[in-house]
Amino acid sequence: MAARILRLVAVPAGAILLALLVGAIVLLVSSPLVTGGLDVTLPLRTYWALIQGSLLSVNAIVDTIVNATPLLLVGLAVGLGFKAGLFNIGGQGQFLVGALAAAGVGAAMATSSPVIAVPSALLAGVVAGAIYGFVPGFLKAYTGAHEVVTTIMLNYVAIQIVGYAVAGPLRAQGASFARTPDVLNAALPPILNQGTGHEAHLGVIIPLIVVPVIWWLLFRSTVGFEIRTVGANPDAARYAGMKPRRLIVLALTLGGLLAGLGGAIEILGRERYMAAAYSTNIGFDAITVALLGRAHPVGIVFGALLLGAMRAGAAAMQSQAGIPVQMIDLLQGVILFFLAADVVVRRIFRIRAARTGVDELQTVTRTYSGQTTAS
Amino acid sequence: MEALFDIPVLGLVIQLVVFLVDVLTRNGTIILALAAPLALGALCGVLNERSGVVNIGIEGMMLASAFVGWYVASTVNQWFPGQPSGIVFGATIPILVGVLAAIGTGMIASLLHAWLSVSLRVDQIISGTIINIIAFGVTGYVNLLISRTSQVSGGKFVPFVPPADLVELPIVGWVFRMFLQQGPITMSVIVLVIVVQILLFRSRWGLRTRAVGEHPEAAETAGIDVIRLRYKNVILGGIFAGLGGAWFTLDFGSSFENGMTNGRGFIALAALIFGRWHPVGAFGAALLFAASGSLGIAIRTTPPAGQLGEILTSIPGQVFSALPYIVTIIVLAGVVGRSIPPAAVGRPYEREGTT
Amino acid sequence: MAITDTEVAQEHIVAPALEMRGITKRYPGVLANDHIDLKVRPGEIHALLGENGAGKSTLMNILYGLARPDEGEILLDGEVVSIAGPSDAIDRGISMVHQHFMLVPVLTVAENILLGAETMANPLFLDRSEARRRIAALGQRFGFEIDPDEEVGRLSVGWQQRVEILKALYRSAKILVLDEPTAVLTPQETTEVFAVLRRLSEEGHSVVFISHKLYEVLEIADRITVIRRGRVVGERLPSATDEDDLAELMVGREVQLVVDRGESHPGEPVLNVDQLTVQNDRGREVVHEVDFDVRAGEIFGIAGVAGNGQDELVEAITGLRRPSSGKIELLGQEITDADTRDVHELGVAFVPADRHRYGLVLSFPLTDNIVLNDYFSPPFARGPVRDDAAILEHAQRAIESFDVRTPSATVTAGTLSGGNQQKLIVAREFDRDLKLLVLDQPTRGLDVGSVEFIHKQAIAKRDAGTAVLLVSAELDEVLELSDRVGVMYRGRLVAVVDGRTAGREDVGLLMATGGREGGITPREASVETA
Repeated sequence: MAARILRLVAVPAGAILLALLVGAIVLLVSSPLVTGGLDVTLPLRTYWALIQGSLLSVNAIVDTIVNATPLLLVGLAVGLGFKAGLFNIGGQGQFLVGALAAAGVGAAMATSSPVIAVPSALLAGVVAGAIYGFVPGFLKAYTGAHEVVTTIMLNYVAIQIVGYAVAGPLRAQGASFARTPDVLNAALPPILNQGTGHEAHLGVIIPLIVVPVIWWLLFRSTVGFEIRTVGANPDAARYAGMKPRRLIVLALTLGGLLAGLGGAIEILGRERYMAAAYSTNIGFDAITVALLGRAHPVGIVFGALLLGAMRAGAAAMQSQAGIPVQMIDLLQGVILFFLAADVVVRRIFRIRAARTGVDELQTVTRTYSGQTTAS
Repeated sequence: MEALFDIPVLGLVIQLVVFLVDVLTRNGTIILALAAPLALGALCGVLNERSGVVNIGIEGMMLASAFVGWYVASTVNQWFPGQPSGIVFGATIPILVGVLAAIGTGMIASLLHAWLSVSLRVDQIISGTIINIIAFGVTGYVNLLISRTSQVSGGKFVPFVPPADLVELPIVGWVFRMFLQQGPITMSVIVLVIVVQILLFRSRWGLRTRAVGEHPEAAETAGIDVIRLRYKNVILGGIFAGLGGAWFTLDFGSSFENGMTNGRGFIALAALIFGRWHPVGAFGAALLFAASGSLGIAIRTTPPAGQLGEILTSIPGQVFSALPYIVTIIVLAGVVGRSIPPAAVGRPYEREGTT
Repeated sequence: MAITDTEVAQEHIVAPALEMRGITKRYPGVLANDHIDLKVRPGEIHALLGENGAGKSTLMNILYGLARPDEGEILLDGEVVSIAGPSDAIDRGISMVHQHFMLVPVLTVAENILLGAETMANPLFLDRSEARRRIAALGQRFGFEIDPDEEVGRLSVGWQQRVEILKALYRSAKILVLDEPTAVLTPQETTEVFAVLRRLSEEGHSVVFISHKLYEVLEIADRITVIRRGRVVGERLPSATDEDDLAELMVGREVQLVVDRGESHPGEPVLNVDQLTVQNDRGREVVHEVDFDVRAGEIFGIAGVAGNGQDELVEAITGLRRPSSGKIELLGQEITDADTRDVHELGVAFVPADRHRYGLVLSFPLTDNIVLNDYFSPPFARGPVRDDAAILEHAQRAIESFDVRTPSATVTAGTLSGGNQQKLIVAREFDRDLKLLVLDQPTRGLDVGSVEFIHKQAIAKRDAGTAVLLVSAELDEVLELSDRVGVMYRGRLVAVVDGRTAGREDVGLLMATGGREGGITPREASVETA
């Protein structure tokens, strides 16, 4: 059992280590720009700040968990897509519309009883996200338009939707910048670490329910079997009497639902309102999470925690070491690179694990050219 | 003509069409300029996908090239200040070096993609995504670091000024202006498109490339080194991506902003698919997408008269900002499936006999 | 039986055009070639006989530079050479025509021929007119006319093969290697290709003819080398051997070449196909108004060159494709537009031609594959919840009864050999009472043992009262097993004959011409096939 876990974890762990090494080199090389001269201690200070800001105090750990929550949900959205042979890069857009809907409904119910307001706002986010996932799913299934391009396009459209809605119909009166009103009663109340400025809100327990549900769905239910079969071999799925088109739509709609939920939780738990200029990088973060976790719900939990930690530590990194938070993006990219080039990782660390790629990715690329799966 | 506009409903449609035609001819110059990065990205895509390699990293390649080109130009400008404004297109040494650096960046990013996709046989869409993420991360990081020290721009190309006689010709004058009143990168696009089109279908390189993209096993047994040709073409494609990036910071604009490519690398892919993997077709599609992007500005600055004008100006600006992306989705949904790509695209190639 | 001393003496006078000495090649876990010796004289048609997996392809890959031998050497015209890769092989005059054609469908004949040996007008551009001229001249020399600007994808299989041969000749090949060239040809086309090969041999070209078809080898070869499990087990002259001898050499034991099919007792019609018309993915009609029935307890075979609509016909019957008109009935119940699940529930089993596509999910364990059709119903699932224990038990039982060689039931299907994969599919499909069994190319690419197994299973089902529909491009398989044989030609069922009395040549003629006099031109052969 232990050996099996080791085999699964070896390459991702190796990839992370190598990425940290590359990051250290980048930091070293760019240290003149940061401190005015070559600073050998910069990598160490940076990583130390990262660790401090993410793990070394109660506040830090809470921050990590709060960050990890939406990452987990959007990561599941991406991972679910992978299992179905789809590449859902639309996490950002689905997250944004979910957040927008939650902010809007939340603002409308700001004075209602929380027992009604919170679930309503969450539901709004879920529905909005599901719709936003349904669109590319439908297009892929019935026109062959590859989700890689359509979801990215929809991400940009979502930014415009948010901009329009928040500056227009949903705008708060008398605010100094374009934003929605505070959701007040519809907010997810803090449950841990209250008053410190590093609270954990109620939303962090939602993954505790969602992850087992998704795991069960994928691996114990017939629908999950169908989704995985479509991802592994759409033709065999057709022969087995499964309906690939419906499953594609389902996978992306469900993904949108999860990402929308993530957006709703983030808005209702943290900001409690939405600014027109609200921006997020969560789409790409979620891809890293999903790939680190090999598209498996349990792996995604760990991936989300890792990335959540990195994002939590980034603020400390910026203030203490003066390194821009974009460093995390860079590190992420390098981690992904090593995950993809796992051959390199395996050779360096002499790991003899089997190929750690996500098998269903073959279908992702094979359907790039638009071969529609019939029925 | 205006009288026609008063016909209910149909009149509006007529007026809209007339307006669109007017927008097109008056804004031909800017439309072609906006189409340039799309077309260059599509040319990069042609070289990649005709050889059988999916490249969704064009966005990241262009972004990285834009940044490096700008940064190098600006740095060279600091070392050699006070450059005389060059003869043609206002070309100065910093700008030229910047363009070269941009092209080089495109080629290096492409080398990475080729290594991941062709040699390591990583899933090609993942490989492209990785390039995008790394490009965003690196450019964002370095850009922020640099912005703390004030960096002066390295300048940009000056558009060519065509002779007034040509431009003022009736009916066709706007065409001359459209193609000639441009910076060098934009102007070169139409030439590059035609050259690649001809080479692809009439030259030995083109024949081999197409074979490798359709049926690499057949090409291999005919004695062609599939791996090497794919590497070569992917890296060559990087030249176009690099030029596309240079357009952002050295031709059309002169400064860099995080994420300034704004999805145009992906729209370039859609142009490629719409154009059925033909350079000329992709160029036409690029013009279409660029036109949709410029529509919003045109409506705001010179709206049509009367009711149509009211309708159009009441549409929120965000709709027009979103228009290119929506058009892309519509095009993809309508065209994909009927547009048949090179048969072997996306499939990693494994040499026969090597187990 | 073996080669005499006088013949050996004669050999030394003329240096062999090609000699492979002591070729040895190891792949992980298998010794593909074990000190193989091969001598081919100039102008000789030399057959390399062996069953699938015997090592013929490896040997030829080495000759063609696609692989490097671990030991041994290659001599051309008596000189030791080292072949670096396909282009080197081509430069040395060795050309290979692969079993699966190495032609690019969207390119023209001329473009395919030029590829890799381009005739240039200048350093950059191709010289198409010169290429056209040369191709026409070559074609004439060997007796056929071909349009260089025709898209290769539109040509019939026989004509595509001619393009492959032209490719070799365009490069002035002295040694042609043909890998299973007649696998996809009708008997008529085979005769025509043999004629071309004989002309080549007369002109001094050497031909290495790889095959596992005994009677063809006896017909065309000047000399035969038999390979089994990577080693040469015998050399024969055709005049001094026969099919049984060769078969025994090939397999290593006495082989029952033709399975004893016994008597069949056909009953009522089970499957009724009525005026069925089906379109392919591109919207072209590839099955035209096909009429036939299959009765319980009989095997109805459909013979025909691949690409004449058989795949689409089978897909329509099993529910993978919707016909555009006509009717399909199973025991009186209409299933024309039924989907795969409904058809399956009615007692229809399907062994698909492309087992990696329709038959299995290679990355899933055997347990998942075994219940691919029934995963949603009890005992394998209750409502939406799967019962993994029940699935595992069933899988283990099936694996044992159908002799699937595997370390466990939870390994992925991709780790199984081709024969065992097919057995797994058979285990899944055969393991219940069936009304109709549809077999599409069931023994393609399998070793002799697996072929025997599958044929026996099919006959057993027939004897149990199942109606069996067998579609195969291997004419012999169809004739061996079927009670009645239908011939498909360009989407129509042009004849139905008695399987036990029909003559090979007659059926072959029907396959090639559809029953019309005078045969057909390549242009006609092109459109509408595949």
